[in-house]
Amino acid sequence: MRNAYIATLFIVVLTFSILGLRNRTFTKPPMDVFPEWLFPGMKYQPKLTQQQQSPFFADGRSDRPAPPNTVPASFGPAGQGVRSDDFLYRGKLHDGSWARGFPPALTLDMKFMERGRERFTIYCSPCHGAVGDGGGITKKYGMGAVPTYHDDRLRQMAEGEIFNTITNGKGQMNPYGDKLAPRDRWAVIAYVRALQLAQTGTVADVPEDHRAELGLK
Amino acid sequence: MAKLFPKSANKLPVQIIVYLCVVGCIATAAAQYYMTPKYTRVGYAPMQPVPYSHAKHVGELGLDCRYCHSTIDTAGAAIPTSQTCMNCHNQLKAASPALAVIRESYQTGNPVPWVHVHVMPSFVYFDHSIHVNRGIGCVECHGKVSEMDVVTQVKPMSMGFCLDCHRAPELHVREKADVFNLDSGTIAATQGIEAARTFVKDWNIKPPVSCSGCHR
Repeated sequence: MRNAYIATLFIVVLTFSILGLRNRTFTKPPMDVFPEWLFPGMKYQPKLTQQQQSPFFADGRSDRPAPPNTVPASFGPAGQGVRSDDFLYRGKLHDGSWARGFPPALTLDMKFMERGRERFTIYCSPCHGAVGDGGGITKKYGMGAVPTYHDDRLRQMAEGEIFNTITNGKGQMNPYGDKLAPRDRWAVIAYVRALQLAQTGTVADVPEDHRAELGLK
Repeated sequence: MAKLFPKSANKLPVQIIVYLCVVGCIATAAAQYYMTPKYTRVGYAPMQPVPYSHAKHVGELGLDCRYCHSTIDTAGAAIPTSQTCMNCHNQLKAASPALAVIRESYQTGNPVPWVHVHVMPSFVYFDHSIHVNRGIGCVECHGKVSEMDVVTQVKPMSMGFCLDCHRAPELHVREKADVFNLDSGTIAATQGIEAARTFVKDWNIKPPVSCSGCHR
């Protein structure tokens, strides 16, 4: 009997020295305790989910790129043509010129501005800087020639043209249309306008009951 | 007639039963320790095709999680497009050999073969958007990715792990502004459990604990 215990102890020590403790890091795919061939189930179903491989399609991916000459439905309400509201979805007027002001379909309120601030901070401020002066964090690492918002060219630029720049990019700036939904783009523009105002504002522009918050008299 | 068994054989049945009990205990303990995701999955840190460091981009530069994982609050988790990388790397480190895979993907349109770290079984229907929009921070399941050079799984993501939170959401929720801040604390930790309970009530957080909540 004693031999049996010694053998058991030996096996325990051996297992422990091979398998080790928890919380180590490893690069091989995790061990499957209940492998599919031994315990058939529904753990790995053939259905396609986002960003997976699929031998069904020639390019081997489950996410299908949009066919040519189509626009993703997320760009507009389902069943409604993207061009139904050129102002909202392209920043253009019917005659093809850049629209000024904001689309009538939007309500400009504090919630909208807060959304703009949030989206601006995420997607724009790394390069354009928190106040839009082109001094974002990437400048420190060598990003060149990010324009400041605070010159006359950009102050006078039509909102529609800014919308187009966000959507399709310009120069070295890549398009951000995939990251910002049309309404979010307009929210960002509203916030950019606020940043521009803030740089040229005077004490007189601040409502009297809010001056104390900013330490103004 | 000679004795077939020595006298000590009388104890043998009891000894065998005791031994089997001991072995049973050891086997149970070993299975608990080695056959659960806490051992099999935690610590998985696969080599990625591009040595992308979250510590550099999030910890040092301060990029928001959503800059790259931009669909997280509407559609679910997504690995960023190579265009996202090129937003900066068309100018910064534009000729770096480490980024060759990204540049090739950007030019050809073929995806970068990133390795999936946090894998859920097909029968789990997990949606990121509802979690981040109801005060569950990234750090809750992914750990401090902002300090990782190589993304590593730090939580078991077993069913027990999910249910711990679904049964007691007040211990895990955080303010909306803190969801994407990996250094923030939960409401329970910073303002006390009562504030957390109020938050859960005000935000109408009712995590499902029935099977069909997550399995369909």
